Amino acid sequence: MLYREAGQFKTTYSADMAIFPIRQDRIALYALLVFVFIGVPLLARFQIWPLGSDYMLRAILIPFLILSLAAIGVNILIGYCGQISLGSGAFMAIGAYSAYKFGTGIHIPLAWFGTEISIAPLPLIVSILLGGLMSAVVGILFGVPSLRIKGLYLAVATLAAQFFFDWVFLRVQWFTNYAPSGSVNAPELSIFGYLINSPIERYVLCLTFVTVFALIAKNLVRGNIGRQWMAIRDMDIAAELMGIRPLYAKLTAFAVSSFIVGVAGALWAFVYLGSWEPLAFNIDRSLQLLFMVIIGGLGSILGSFLGAAFILILPIMLDQIPHALGIPVGVETVSHLVFVVTGSLICYLLIVEPHGFARLWSITKERLRLWPYPY
Amino acid sequence: MVVFGQFLEVLIGGLLAGVLYSLVALGFVLIFKASGVFNFAQGAMVLVAGLALVRSLDFMVARGVPTWAAIVLGLLFAATVMAITAALVQRLVLGPLVNQDGLSLFMATIGITFILEGAGQMIFGSDVYPLSLFPTDAWFMFENAFPGGILVNKLDVWGGLIAGALVAGLAVFFQRTKTGRALRAVADDHAAAESVGIPITWIWFVVWLVAGLVALVAATVWGTKLGVQFSITFLALKALPVLIIGGFTSVPGAIVGGLIVGAGEKLAEAFLGQHIGGGIEYWFAYVLALAVLLVRPQGLFGERLIERI
Amino acid sequence: MLRKTLAVATAVSAVFSGAGILMSAGPAMAQNEQFIPGLVYRTGPYAPNGIPFADGVSDYVSLINERDGGINGVKLIFEECETGYATDKGVECYERLKGNGPTGAAYFSPLSTGITFALTEKVPGDKIPLLTLGYGRSESRNGAVFPWNFIAVGSYWTAADVAIQHVAKELGGFDKLKGKKISLVYHDSPYGKEPIAALEARAKLNGFTFKAIPVTHPGVEQKSQWLGIRQDRPDYVLLWGWGVMNSTAIKEAAAVAYPRDKIIGVWWSGAEPDVIPAGDQATGYKALLLQHPAGEFGVHADVKKSLFDKGKGVGKATVATVLYNRGLINSMLGVEAIRTAQKKYGNKPLTGEQVRWGFENLDLSEARLKELGFEGMLKPIKLTCTDHQGADLARVHQWDGKAWKVISDFYTADRSVLDPMVAEHSAKYAAEKKITPRDCSKEG
Repeated sequence: MLYREAGQFKTTYSADMAIFPIRQDRIALYALLVFVFIGVPLLARFQIWPLGSDYMLRAILIPFLILSLAAIGVNILIGYCGQISLGSGAFMAIGAYSAYKFGTGIHIPLAWFGTEISIAPLPLIVSILLGGLMSAVVGILFGVPSLRIKGLYLAVATLAAQFFFDWVFLRVQWFTNYAPSGSVNAPELSIFGYLINSPIERYVLCLTFVTVFALIAKNLVRGNIGRQWMAIRDMDIAAELMGIRPLYAKLTAFAVSSFIVGVAGALWAFVYLGSWEPLAFNIDRSLQLLFMVIIGGLGSILGSFLGAAFILILPIMLDQIPHALGIPVGVETVSHLVFVVTGSLICYLLIVEPHGFARLWSITKERLRLWPYPY
Repeated sequence: MVVFGQFLEVLIGGLLAGVLYSLVALGFVLIFKASGVFNFAQGAMVLVAGLALVRSLDFMVARGVPTWAAIVLGLLFAATVMAITAALVQRLVLGPLVNQDGLSLFMATIGITFILEGAGQMIFGSDVYPLSLFPTDAWFMFENAFPGGILVNKLDVWGGLIAGALVAGLAVFFQRTKTGRALRAVADDHAAAESVGIPITWIWFVVWLVAGLVALVAATVWGTKLGVQFSITFLALKALPVLIIGGFTSVPGAIVGGLIVGAGEKLAEAFLGQHIGGGIEYWFAYVLALAVLLVRPQGLFGERLIERI
Repeated sequence: MLRKTLAVATAVSAVFSGAGILMSAGPAMAQNEQFIPGLVYRTGPYAPNGIPFADGVSDYVSLINERDGGINGVKLIFEECETGYATDKGVECYERLKGNGPTGAAYFSPLSTGITFALTEKVPGDKIPLLTLGYGRSESRNGAVFPWNFIAVGSYWTAADVAIQHVAKELGGFDKLKGKKISLVYHDSPYGKEPIAALEARAKLNGFTFKAIPVTHPGVEQKSQWLGIRQDRPDYVLLWGWGVMNSTAIKEAAAVAYPRDKIIGVWWSGAEPDVIPAGDQATGYKALLLQHPAGEFGVHADVKKSLFDKGKGVGKATVATVLYNRGLINSMLGVEAIRTAQKKYGNKPLTGEQVRWGFENLDLSEARLKELGFEGMLKPIKLTCTDHQGADLARVHQWDGKAWKVISDFYTADRSVLDPMVAEHSAKYAAEKKITPRDCSKEG
């Protein structure tokens, strides 16, 4: 009854092509945006349930937002363009370390030429975006083999990027500003002299990034380039015969995906961790992101959010249930159980709905259109 | 001469180390060949097999069972555990997922990895359990020709012998036995195999069982090398470059891939690592694999993929 | 189709309804309780080393509750959170536990260099002290720049310095170090890299050749490193490993016939899980001691009487091992810091900020340590505003195939070498983070 687009007539082409053509969707989206941008900070400010302590913001919402952003990036590559990558963690690391270098100033001594390149520390937003850009450049580089290598072979080949960059950021001291331990600290977060410190401010910063990039991604995938990606995904030879250049399509997918993943990596390092080492972006992170897009739904921006929520929050939740219910079990048993339950749920979800949460969502929407009538 | 001696030593050590990776990679190949599943859980299977073996062994030795009997019984017990694992995996996860695309199956095996790691450690404990089935000291050969001789680790030689025996055994199994032939038929085209009356679920169970037994063999060697503990699961990541160099579907490929990766990464670490800062073997193996893939996108021995529109 | 959707929907909602439970279930608020969090890892690649330490930490807190009824009548509430040695999980655990209890967490000890680095950025905002017993940022000794970090008893730089002193003693004097070769085999992470700066400083001072050899996490593959050592023939090898890396290193050393008694591990490489998997091959291997050896001391009798005999406590299997004992010390220092702070703020639950005062004024004399049952485990230690480490002592012990045997007297790390490094690196940190160092002469 409520969710029915009958009576909503499109009179222009652009109205028909709007990002959310159904009015109810639009209203829901605006409501959601108002809630997350104004409601959540207000709740947190006045410490109203469920945001009574800053645990929700700092340990759940901020990592959720950042990983959602990364999942969107990964989804563009895997879900829209069909190129399986297990190197997402490396691209997060590239974003993080490049942003760190841009944020703390760059000195490249060129002794051979008797000169040096010096860039003064750049503002926060600029360095995060430049971090994404560096990640995109490397992404293009590592995307080149995708022209020849396909499927799971490509997936394993992208691990080369993963392990190579793990090593680079450990070994090349220039990236860590010669810190004795090789661990680096994010510079202070300030925008135009305004210091971002409280969890609420950090949350809003992440939220802004996520919203902007989600909208950009949504528009990209339904535009010309997105259609090219999907054509490549569905069958690259056929797409090529139709006049789509695989080189261009695949490399743009790698670039856009790596850019978004890189930005997410910079946020993860700067906003969530504050101090990090390459281990924060290791293979486990890549697999976690892969899970998010598959459980959430390949080829769906919304799915990236749902998948991120599920994969991030499920273990945290399971971990706390026995304690919250007052069941006395050791942490190791709980931790093992979390592994078992998470694994089982993943298998279960893959069996009952291989297309992920996004598919469930669209089924629900179909149903809502008819509800409460059977037909 | 010194450098040549070192080169030879690293080369031999690397080749043998590579064979140990092959032991893990073989399990991947078997399952991929027969069911198209890229089984990420192989590392976790090695862990579970090793834990089952070492824990039952310790249990029996502590109760006065003679060592040889304990080893035999321990191996039997671990094999049973792997059989149960295989049956459960086939019945509960892969059976319902048949005909899904490769990526979903791959994800499902990561799910299985979580379950195995969690359940295995919950049942058998998460400590480190030493295992010593093979000698771990070294021979020094050609001591006249090179100062200090050429070092060869006995455990690595054992690993090589076992891998050789395993490959021979698998070859006989595939070529000579009825189940083995059925396996090859399923690997070629499972729909066609099913239509001529091959019981496909049984075959897939057998494949997972064989992969489980290969994991057990790998666990005896790697458990002796490292002690049975969680870190054994990281072997899956060392086996992947072996796998892509050899090709996902070739048993000899897994051995050759292992040799190439082992020798390549050890030589790189020993001779290149000094100049660019060490610790390079992890990524070097993958870069090597990437280079091979650029020349042969299906690996050295993989079946060439023919794409039709 | 409907059934399928329903099934999935049920599964998902079951999971997310867990959220409701968690968010509504606040911690039980009893007024006279002090909350102590435990970031532990009883699973994952480093579990063999994480378990005994966690057992010791937990048992000492239980002991205080069982034997003394808490600290001056304030009961201790202890809760563990599993980090699996992963930094992001550690941060989540920290956020989860920091607000528990009536006054929040008293202090955190994460037993992970990575988590320590991440939490160092967070504790100043939350005003909770970070007790890092023999690990973490070496320069955090400087309490003026790191008011919240307490790298009590020893840092990696202390360890590196003492290791070289022991080598010198075995060789017969510092002048014998000249021209010698010493290699460091290290875990390729901030943990393993920390000592390099101190060892390089020592190499310059004493004229030995120093070489650092990295091993990739988790350290299961070290063949080429040890073949390199076989060719290179260093006079001593220092080992900075953790978890499986240690036993693998010892086995590889045995395989290349490198004498085990020329290998000296840091105190995180010198516990039972590091040598037992290597079997006989570990015989002769040496490692530093963070003052205390394995074995039973006064406090263990109490632990047995008050906990194990009554079926309580968690460390029955690990009691008196090296890392268990270190866990006891960790909790003892925390408890004594709370006790010290109670003298100033009263016998009630204290906030992290008040406990920090307790740490900065912690002064454990020989007599007090004896009273606590730690005689022979720890020498007197005194933390101050400027010195958050409080001690520079370490010993060396050797594995004889069955047990660890202490083989040396106490060495005192040479502060004339280390203090300039602490000053330099903490000043760099202060500049990077725009921290104005406290003036400790004005602190009460």
